Amino acid sequence: MSAPVRPLPAPGVPVAGAPALDCGGLSVAYERREVLADVDLSVAPGTWCSIVGPNGAGKTTLLHAVAGLVRSSGAIRFGGDDAGSLRPRDRARRVALVPQVPVVPTGISVLEYVFLGRTPHLSFFASEGPDDRDVVAEALAALDLEPFAERAVDTLSGGERQRVVIARALAQRAGLLLLDEPTTALDIAHQQQVLDLIDKLRRARGLTIVATMHDLTVAGLYTDQLVLLAEGQIVERGSPSEVLTESNIARHYGAQVTVLPSASGPIVVPLRLVVEGDAP
Amino acid sequence: MGDQRVSRHQARWVGAGMLAVVVALVLGVSIGAVGIPPGRTLLELLDRLPFVHIDSGLSDRQAAIVWDLRMPRVLVALLVGSMLAVAGASYQGVFRNPLADPYLLGAAAGAGLGATLLIVAGARASGGLLDPVPLAAFVGALGAVAAAYALGAAGQGGRATATLVLAGVAVASFLTAAQTFIQQRNAESIREIYSWILGRLGTATWHEVALLVPYWLVTMAVLVVHGRSLDVLAVGDAEATSLGLATSRVRVIIVVAASLATAAAVAATGLIGFVGIVVPHAIRLGAGSSFRRLLPLCVLFGGAFLVLADLVARTAAAPSEIPIGVVTAFVGAPFFIIVLRTTRVSIR
Repeated sequence: MSAPVRPLPAPGVPVAGAPALDCGGLSVAYERREVLADVDLSVAPGTWCSIVGPNGAGKTTLLHAVAGLVRSSGAIRFGGDDAGSLRPRDRARRVALVPQVPVVPTGISVLEYVFLGRTPHLSFFASEGPDDRDVVAEALAALDLEPFAERAVDTLSGGERQRVVIARALAQRAGLLLLDEPTTALDIAHQQQVLDLIDKLRRARGLTIVATMHDLTVAGLYTDQLVLLAEGQIVERGSPSEVLTESNIARHYGAQVTVLPSASGPIVVPLRLVVEGDAP
Repeated sequence: MGDQRVSRHQARWVGAGMLAVVVALVLGVSIGAVGIPPGRTLLELLDRLPFVHIDSGLSDRQAAIVWDLRMPRVLVALLVGSMLAVAGASYQGVFRNPLADPYLLGAAAGAGLGATLLIVAGARASGGLLDPVPLAAFVGALGAVAAAYALGAAGQGGRATATLVLAGVAVASFLTAAQTFIQQRNAESIREIYSWILGRLGTATWHEVALLVPYWLVTMAVLVVHGRSLDVLAVGDAEATSLGLATSRVRVIIVVAASLATAAAVAATGLIGFVGIVVPHAIRLGAGSSFRRLLPLCVLFGGAFLVLADLVARTAAAPSEIPIGVVTAFVGAPFFIIVLRTTRVSIR
């Protein structure tokens, strides 16, 4: 099912044009149960890779393995550098995670929260300097959060809060941004706003985006490479129109859908399983 | 971006904390069976500063009361108060639990058991870093926290906060029971242990001050410089790791330092409750809950709080003394309930 393992370059040798993220044979097991099995994934710099799959397929685990939050076997490389050789701080300078349900400390202000993104750039005894303030100010500006700087994060709306979390990730100044279902809690307008904003930032800053997505149609809209994960393995990958087919979705989600082609990508529409008139 | 406003705000709080320490020191030294005018106490204290020579006008007897009796007692209260307050705030941060303090997690009970074993064995405090009583208390405190942590982790896959708290309570109960048992088996030292359980400052001498100072310096320095790490830990282990924090290592360092502070405090003055909860929460209400700002303030206000509590313990029922643990509980328990009921207890 998975692609053949490509030989990876020797560790420690920077490779020109190396993928921003390169996973080879990546596996994660929780208490002997394998939740991610032999995943090979390569994401070119400056591109957007969306990961879809049914609940429990291992999407979040994949992001957490890349961010170094769970123990994994296999290889992970950032721009050709072996992730295993990076200290936590150095890893956090290269990969930033926007978690699905961020833990927001009570009463913390937007400014303080975004400053947390500077953590990997501060040595132990140092406090934030002018450079850090500039980076934070710029992250706030990029997400139109300046009017909120002094507000408590836990008093903001869902869309505003999501922008604050993205601002914290931007303040990390990492080239690779991992987004775990960034729009699940948002209404359709805010989904559109947040994803457009992320895409704008990607283009402007050359960020590489790896995002797990709940909504298949939306996932197809914002992606260069779509990956379908099922039972811990990559089962399909390619362009949205290659991956989002009625047969793929039936096989891996067990869902009956109609896929409508459109100018902006395939539109996935679920069908009612019991149609009126079917009832006995 | 408001940084300057924040640092001015913090500077005011630090100033207030220093003032509180000086006021508590002067009152603690001045008030007692033999009253000494606070103004003269202040002059007497200033006279001891390097390069300052002031005649305070105290008689030799008054000076002896100040320097031999009251000053060591006040200083011990100051040191123990800061250690308990900072240890409480640090436990609250590292376990992300507003109710954490040296008593939860069994740290104080473990320290108590360790120290009781040595008292029963006939050891006496000798002062310095190699004094056996604080070391035994430290071993007991760390053992208790480790047991609570291990039991809490065994209960669930992760170290869920609630599980950890329950494990800590169980460990504390068990250790207290063991301590009571040992106490009952050693009736000849029961009076000494009992007065020690309720907390005692009455016997404090320069000897206890010398015993505490190295522990105070080390633990306060380690915990205060970890303020930013505690602020990062407030977003949870997973996110803190993704921000580049070595969470496991930071957690161990903070727990060890907080347990060492607890152990030294317990070894010197017995079990004094509520300081680790009252002081940090009271400061959070006014100064905000960032640990970087909170911990230095806990050093100052924790010390001042315990000096004043000891003043009440000495004077409220004079000529007899109320155990200081009773005073802190009288102040602390109602305060704690008010805090719980009127505010969202915020931890970060």
